[in-house]
Amino acid sequence: MTTETARTEPAQVQELDRVTIRFAGDSGDGMQLTGNQFTRTAAVFGNDISTLPDFPAEIRAPAGSLPGVSGFQLSFSSGDIHTPGDQPDVLVAMNPAALKTNLGDLPPGGALIVNSDAFSQQNLNKAAYASNPLTDGSLKQYNVFEIPISTLNARALEDLEMTSKQVDLTKNFFALGIMFWLYERSMEPTLRWIDGKFGARPVIAEANRRALKAGYAFGETTEIFHTTYRVAAAHLSPGTYRNITGNEATALGFVTAARLAGRDLFYGSYPITPASDILHQLSGYKNFGVKTFQAEDEISAIGAAIGASYGGAMGLTASSGPGIALKTEALGLAVMVELPLVVVDVQRAGPSTGMPTKTEQADLLQVMFGRNSDSPVPIVAPATPAECFDYAVEAWRIALKYVTPVVYLSDAFLATGAEPWRVPDVADLPAIAVENYTDAATFHPYDRDPETLARPWAVPGTPGLEHRIGGLEKQDITGNVSYDPDNHHRMQALRAQKVAGIANDIPPLQALGPERGDLLVLGWGSTYGAIRSAVERLQAEGWSVAHAHLRHLNPFPLNTGEILARYRQVLIPEVNLGQLLMLIRARYLIDAKGLNRVRGKPFRISEIHESAVEILSSKRGTGR
Amino acid sequence: MTDEQAAENGLKSPPAGAGNGAGGPAATESTGAAGTPLPTVPLSRKDFVSDQEVRWCPGCGDYSILAQTQKTMPDFGYPREKIVFISGIGCSGRLPYYMNTYGFHTIHGRAPTLATGLKGARPDLMVWVITGDGDALSIGGNHVLHSMRRNVDIKLVMFNNRIYGLTKGQASPTSEIGKKTKSTPQGTIDTPISPLSVALAAEATFVARSVDTHTEHLQQTFNRAGRHHGSAFLEVLQNCNIFNDGAFRDFTDREVREDRMLMLEHGKPMIFGKDRDRGIRLNGLHPEVVQLGNGVTEEQLLVHDEEAEDPYLAFMLSRMWYPEFPVPVGVLRRVQRATHHELLEGQIADAVSKNGEGDLQKLLVSGETWVVD
Ligand code: SF4
Repeated sequence: MTTETARTEPAQVQELDRVTIRFAGDSGDGMQLTGNQFTRTAAVFGNDISTLPDFPAEIRAPAGSLPGVSGFQLSFSSGDIHTPGDQPDVLVAMNPAALKTNLGDLPPGGALIVNSDAFSQQNLNKAAYASNPLTDGSLKQYNVFEIPISTLNARALEDLEMTSKQVDLTKNFFALGIMFWLYERSMEPTLRWIDGKFGARPVIAEANRRALKAGYAFGETTEIFHTTYRVAAAHLSPGTYRNITGNEATALGFVTAARLAGRDLFYGSYPITPASDILHQLSGYKNFGVKTFQAEDEISAIGAAIGASYGGAMGLTASSGPGIALKTEALGLAVMVELPLVVVDVQRAGPSTGMPTKTEQADLLQVMFGRNSDSPVPIVAPATPAECFDYAVEAWRIALKYVTPVVYLSDAFLATGAEPWRVPDVADLPAIAVENYTDAATFHPYDRDPETLARPWAVPGTPGLEHRIGGLEKQDITGNVSYDPDNHHRMQALRAQKVAGIANDIPPLQALGPERGDLLVLGWGSTYGAIRSAVERLQAEGWSVAHAHLRHLNPFPLNTGEILARYRQVLIPEVNLGQLLMLIRARYLIDAKGLNRVRGKPFRISEIHESAVEILSSKRGTGR
Repeated sequence: MTDEQAAENGLKSPPAGAGNGAGGPAATESTGAAGTPLPTVPLSRKDFVSDQEVRWCPGCGDYSILAQTQKTMPDFGYPREKIVFISGIGCSGRLPYYMNTYGFHTIHGRAPTLATGLKGARPDLMVWVITGDGDALSIGGNHVLHSMRRNVDIKLVMFNNRIYGLTKGQASPTSEIGKKTKSTPQGTIDTPISPLSVALAAEATFVARSVDTHTEHLQQTFNRAGRHHGSAFLEVLQNCNIFNDGAFRDFTDREVREDRMLMLEHGKPMIFGKDRDRGIRLNGLHPEVVQLGNGVTEEQLLVHDEEAEDPYLAFMLSRMWYPEFPVPVGVLRRVQRATHHELLEGQIADAVSKNGEGDLQKLLVSGETWVVD
């Protein structure tokens, strides 16, 4: 079929609440860009959105191979949505490898748009297909649209002075054009983006414009699609919105925290997936007084951050699991010298190098306990990409008020996933009060504020406060080196009490759903969306279920035990083998159940739903 | 103050004072002609002595290093509260406790990283790093390299006793090959490295050596390191009389030092010996020791140039060791390069002049936005 074939009546329009699309192709096919463009367009239109980029490993695998497949799933809706969708309604597969690795997720009856040009024998071999799925009948249960995207696109670009390779690189925009037509989306935002991006290279800009428009026109003029779909704007609360990823929100939150505290932000960092974007982002904010330091290693990154905090700035460092392991000793030093510091852990699948581009929530116990001796640090964990902003500010509020290092746990799913974010008015955000001690007459380095137990933060440059700190145990109050047994016991207790006391200063845990009931699904971090959706579904089905989500993991909110006690059973879904589960069972002595999947991917709503139904249906309760 | 010192002083950028975002309170100080802050009351050695009891082994070379450090501090014109000593782990690591300045006894090998962050956040401070051969060249080797190549404006003093003292006598990266220690009963099989060669390879802008017992020379060298604008690497040969006694005695003892050590002086021919009758001459690519007289004249000798752009001469000196050569002490290299904090602040100033002072609200709403009523 070609663009010249049939001219038909305008297609019918069908209203949908929610659509989930997955773009999949080779890493070189620009799938992330394509997904991002669709997301932006849907967001600007006013849909609620949620995205899940699925990157292959960092080193590019051979073109057309199975490990080289890159995917981007996005869900957009006229209602409130919390996840990028369990299964796509539409799968766009740019080559056989993309089809093979993604088809399993497409439900029967789902729409499958394939670039038939890419199904050459060579590509079929690379994807280890014994026969061509387009012709062997194996795709019967799907709604297949075979489109020779490469050929059609090349034809649209025929008279441009470009190599065939350059032409081929634009075929993703042809596919995007088709999707824009299918879902009644305007091409304007992407056309504007092309102008901005390729303005200096008019031929490339023209090629991308034409590819996009040709795809759109193809949808409009051929009869292969009988229907277009309309997803109305969502009813979000009033305000100015933008689309934001977790890493972007994290970086903006830190810049904001620095403003609210009136201090310079000093960011020490060593490149690591998936935290590097925070460094890239912050290094662009130098006109906000942000100092970024790309260190020689992870240890230097945290060392420099501690040094900066010692000097009165806001020392910040970020990494992922393997890097956090390297920072461990220095984090222990920060606990000992009690200086404000924020350590970001954008978790990824491990252990060791693991699967760097894939998500996991398995560093909770590492940051909680992974230091020598008892070494308490407060831990916060945002639940959604947009929340990353709020908890970046919250981490600093705690660090500065309690003069303590704080760990901020994000993960690859939050970091790269996007959702609409209602931009706050800076004037409405509360200032963060920060004090440096200056009174030489009353100064003792380890004297404590009676309420917060924070020690005075006395910075070099303050006359009369010259003193020495370090990793050796301190004498209570004076801060002199001490090996006194009773003093050590007292100091260990004080450090623990200081962190535990933060519980009085954080919001209570909230249960969404019945105040008492049969089941509480308790989560933390990026499982929020899937749990929330599953629990909403269960509630609609009439089950007595509530959802509670912890954002403070150390200390827990004061009412945590009380909330847990109100439900007959507790289910804790985590993308690890049961870490929060262990903490909750140990602390509250309840027989909570874990739901644990570590596949480098976020939970599906259905997995949580199923597990909850199983528990709810079984007669044997814990009989609390 | 010598002319040379005055010149070095003039090159030092005026400390930024307390007017930085870190909000350090203003110190009581006036500003000297060269921009160096002067304490309102001149300080003396005793102002830098802390109330802590000094606890090194009796007879340890560290006592002298501490004393010379305290004696030199008043020379720099910084008020006490603007000076920070940061150390790692090892016997040397205790020094900050004995200085009545700000001090931070950190973790093994990492002092340069904290110093880098502190100087980055607070360019107004004078930051010293106190370290040892194990701390700086083993566990912390990476940080030494990178703080030097970045030209972080810190003064790193490495106590070299060629042994691990605090952990009671294991071989260190500067221990001579074959050395028998508790950890190497059959002798170490690891080739030692020259700290000064390492510093030069790392592009340090100031590289010097002195000796714990040569108090006057040590003070002078401290003074010059402190006045250097940029990263300074100072190796101090230090006797650990408990675990490696007499490691340098063969050439540092009073009776032999003139014959076995080479006092480097900028612009002067390399002459040594009690009778100042021997010198260093270049033979092809190699240095050789020559006896003056019999047709060998001073003009044929190498002339020390600590400011040479290329580091070849300094590197050659860093490899010279007793008994083949007299051991060079003094400043091997001293060159000027923009410091890390200057470059960092330059980029911030650039960003501000290009994009204006950051407007947070604007930043938050940047990118594509839409309004929901
Ligand atoms: S062990 Fe050696 S270096 Fe350490 S204090 Fe004793 S003598 Fe000095």
